[in-house]
Amino acid sequence: MTFYNTLQESEACLRNFDAHEISRGSVIRAVESESCSPERLLTLLSPKASDDLELMARKAHEITLRQFGRVIQLYTPLYLSNFCDNQCSYCGFNARNRVPRKTLTLEEIEREAAYIASTGLKHILILTGGSRPHAPLSYIKSAVRVLKKYFSSISAEIYALSEGEYAELAAEGVDGLTIYQETYHEAVYDRVHKAGPKKDFQFRLEAPERAARGAFRNVNIGALLGLSDWRRESFFLGMHAGYLQDRFPNVEISASVPRIRPHEGDFSGFEQVSDRDLVQMILALRLFLPRLGITLSTRESPRLRENLIPLGVTRMSAGSTTEVGGHTIACHDAEDASQFKIADERNVEEIKAMLVARGYQPVLKDWMRL
Amino acid sequence: MEDLFRVGGREFQSRLLLGTGKFANYAVMKKAIEESGSDIVTVALRRVDPGSQADNILDFIPPQCTLMTNTSGARDADEAIRIARLAKAGGAGNWIKIEVVQDNKYLLPENLETLKAVEVLVKEGFVVLPYMSPDLSMARRMEDAGAAAVMPLGAPIGSNRGIKTRELVEIMVREIKVPVIVDAGIGSPSQACECMEIGCAAVLVNTAVAISENPVQMASAFRDAVMAGRRAYLSGIPEKGGLSGVASSPLTGFLGDEK
Repeated sequence: MTFYNTLQESEACLRNFDAHEISRGSVIRAVESESCSPERLLTLLSPKASDDLELMARKAHEITLRQFGRVIQLYTPLYLSNFCDNQCSYCGFNARNRVPRKTLTLEEIEREAAYIASTGLKHILILTGGSRPHAPLSYIKSAVRVLKKYFSSISAEIYALSEGEYAELAAEGVDGLTIYQETYHEAVYDRVHKAGPKKDFQFRLEAPERAARGAFRNVNIGALLGLSDWRRESFFLGMHAGYLQDRFPNVEISASVPRIRPHEGDFSGFEQVSDRDLVQMILALRLFLPRLGITLSTRESPRLRENLIPLGVTRMSAGSTTEVGGHTIACHDAEDASQFKIADERNVEEIKAMLVARGYQPVLKDWMRL
Repeated sequence: MEDLFRVGGREFQSRLLLGTGKFANYAVMKKAIEESGSDIVTVALRRVDPGSQADNILDFIPPQCTLMTNTSGARDADEAIRIARLAKAGGAGNWIKIEVVQDNKYLLPENLETLKAVEVLVKEGFVVLPYMSPDLSMARRMEDAGAAAVMPLGAPIGSNRGIKTRELVEIMVREIKVPVIVDAGIGSPSQACECMEIGCAAVLVNTAVAISENPVQMASAFRDAVMAGRRAYLSGIPEKGGLSGVASSPLTGFLGDEK
């Protein structure tokens, strides 16, 4: 039994759920309830519930304060390589895109690390494209050995690995894994992943549980909003996070809520997800899973990010670049080789100042290797 | 008569211990600690960043306070032991609150792993205060292993639900010789007062102060509530009278007036 089986059961719940039957009373009951039933999550995500976002927001804010306090943990991504063997229609690293490709040398990684560390950040997320030959596990492990000197916590967002490989990475000092399913809709998944090793839906879907078994402390999942109906994606994301929390109680589970951003290559045919939709999704996740970490990247605008903080966000990126060597090496005037365009370009100091002004403590260190 | 709180071979005035997580900033946290009158504060080592000039939490702990590092984030005895050793090596002293959690949904403590960590760390000379689920036999084992106090939870961390475990904590208060300190779940001063009234030696509060609209004022409210509860306990709280009157047919009436 893996989440693949649970996904199929959840599909049945979704089919049997009639959103038209949801009354205001059932929305209010769902807000107040502590049940983990799929029907409760579906109710919180329903069109009817969107009439009561303020009610949901008040409860979500109160839960978030009690569970996590007035603090936001900060991190920044560090792109090691943008070589990719996949053809994902929503991504700037798509193998068919003619963009400059690069894999950082260990010396370049050290330069990037020293720069990022000088901003005070202690948590780093390393990323690669989906190309094993250009960024093999041995290379990632070497990178981690360099980064350990600068950061107290290292997470990785890389191509899906086997359980044994995840354990190797954890043993090397990586404590967290971020991996997005992109879409829980198997047919859409097959359509947007035109070619490459990432095409294997089930192998991707089961990666978070392999990582949890492989001794990671944190596992962060996500769906790329815009590939398919956001309500459906949010429902399966919530079910996936709940599944992981139940089976791996000693792993901290968190979720990202990324909306598709413009990128190099084809950018069309995606579904619109409004700010209001995004808010309902965050609120529903918080109410459904009070201890779920919620990560908000620089894909969203400064104004929206600030307003989303009290609704349930626990972690934000700061001083981000989605380019390989974007901190110290890449020439920003050159051809665009970023994975996607970021919307919040503020540096770490600016994000810290914003959080303080909003009554939140920016937390730069929340773990250390033991 | 002075009523000092004796724990770990030392004497303290205050019976309110304060946690330092969840505050909006360290300046407010510092003021809240000062206003609370707390003599013992607990800090998660995971949050300590000695390399940071501006953001080192330890710089905001009033110097007169005893620092009790906690092992937040530890998933087993081994990790808790390592965190304790790191804290000591880093100059954070030898007072340690053991917190071992294998359950990220409710943050409930894992008593068996906690006991293992107590056994090791006491032998290494730490003053050990384990956070635990209120279980009498486990508390006895922790006491036998040399724990300086036991810290049963009142309700899950951050729940603000009060002392939902009252019956079990009262049994611990009666049976355990080291101080019993209620840690976690205390959401309001009246709940802290209740803990003190039933004879707990102290309470540890964090969330209720840190997330209040006015943490400094809330800290003083907890200070007063803990003192009130303690004084009431020392005064001997009369048993509550029942609502029913004297039974019309006394159960021992058949004995007559003979003595």
